[in-house]
Amino acid sequence: MKLFRRNAIELARPSLSEEILSDPVHVRIRNLNKSYGDHRVLQDICLDVYRGKTNVVIGPSGSGKTVLMRQLVRLEKPDSGELWVDGVDFAKLEGLQLEAKRRTFGMVFQMSALFDSMTVYDNVAFPLREHTTLSRLQIRERVMERLASLEIADAAPKMPAHLSGGMQKRVAVARAMILESEILIYDEPTTGLDPITTQTVDDLITEAEEKFGVTSIVISHDMASVLRIADRLSFLHHGTVVASGEREELLRSEHPATKDFVRASRVSLD
Amino acid sequence: MGEWVGKLLLAPFVELGALFRLLFEALFWAVRPPYRGRLFVDSMEFIGVGSIFLVALTAVFVGGVLSLQLVDGFRDFGAESQTGAVIGLGLTREIGPVFAALMVTSRAGSAMTTELGSMRVTNQIDALVTMAVNPVQYLVVPRLFAGVVMVPILTMLFNIVGMFGAWFVACNLLGLDPGIFLDRMRWLVDWDDVAQGLVKAMVFGLAITLIACRQGFFAEGGAAGVGRATNRSVVHSAIAILMLDYIVTSLILGQGFF
Repeated sequence: MKLFRRNAIELARPSLSEEILSDPVHVRIRNLNKSYGDHRVLQDICLDVYRGKTNVVIGPSGSGKTVLMRQLVRLEKPDSGELWVDGVDFAKLEGLQLEAKRRTFGMVFQMSALFDSMTVYDNVAFPLREHTTLSRLQIRERVMERLASLEIADAAPKMPAHLSGGMQKRVAVARAMILESEILIYDEPTTGLDPITTQTVDDLITEAEEKFGVTSIVISHDMASVLRIADRLSFLHHGTVVASGEREELLRSEHPATKDFVRASRVSLD
Repeated sequence: MGEWVGKLLLAPFVELGALFRLLFEALFWAVRPPYRGRLFVDSMEFIGVGSIFLVALTAVFVGGVLSLQLVDGFRDFGAESQTGAVIGLGLTREIGPVFAALMVTSRAGSAMTTELGSMRVTNQIDALVTMAVNPVQYLVVPRLFAGVVMVPILTMLFNIVGMFGAWFVACNLLGLDPGIFLDRMRWLVDWDDVAQGLVKAMVFGLAITLIACRQGFFAEGGAAGVGRATNRSVVHSAIAILMLDYIVTSLILGQGFF
């Protein structure tokens, strides 16, 4: 029961011009900084996220990957810098404009972050109930269609606690995509998963890009997985992007920290 | 050492500041659409309906033990006929709201903190934010309003069941005359006393749900952190109930301050 519902978010969502849509760079990060007290975690981050590609940010633990992700979806406000998404500086937005722009992003958390008091169906239907005026039947159709496309329609009545890690990830992806977000962010999607489930999640990320044309941003330090999914790679070291480019370019980077990381990961393009 | 002492002395004010900030934020979001009536009803059911048995059970024994003590004490100077009056006054003004609030704290307050704390440490609250749903509006507002509505209702239940327990012990076990017991109660207790207790209950309801939500909403440190937050929630709520009881009573009676 939602009285006097006004769909501010739907109303505030602008239609994008051809010029913006033809720009290959979907997200432009410029000189982004974030500190906690005296500790500067992100330092002058400059990064381009390419439209319709799987863009992976790699780096060792403590390099600031998760903090970068939290700025990207504005879970935290950057201290300074610019975060251009479709011609709008997301870093400067506040209030309803910020909420409206948030719909551009879908987020898949490391531990999936499904609402454990709701069934799989209700988890996926949640964004639709909150942000649209669709009827119960329309919501049902859309949710079941999305669950079926990810091959988890049978899990609809189950509680998240009764699903495997891989299934939970699928549900999280379904929930993140249900509002047809243009950018999907995955935070350490394969951490703690067995090799088979890791492969499943990798396939899922690739599928999401191919089937739905979304721009993916993956935060990870799992190099084996990264090599399977990445179109573009950026290496984060001590809060700064020190190398960025196509997968092959980054793996052949001469930056010492990048070389050490790649060597320690024991992976190669072959 | 000095810094440590300073932090210790400032801690209550920091906590109070955080509580008021959350309260103002909740009030700000409470008047903005969408209004999620279903969540409010669910919270009322959780806080109120779920606490009925516990409140009634404690009330019957509190009423009974009050009768035991007062009849025994009043008999020393032949005033046992006043037992009903004193118990009625005590229950409606003080014992009803305080005990009902303590029971809600121990059952619903601690559970609320645990639930919100678990949501915090498993990123479920962050997930709400990324889905453009304000978590204070979605999680805190319904619980605060449910606390303000349901604690007074539970207080009324406590008063009624407590009086029944007192009457049963005094009249059936200790031999007091039921007519005198009820007549004295009616003579001394009036609606102002009941209203005084209900005002307190509303204040307690707001305080305990606010403390429970604040502790859960900002919990950190994994499962152990949620456990510590739940512990703090119960302790802070119990202290707040007793402190607010004195403050509200002083304000109502217009005396007791320096």
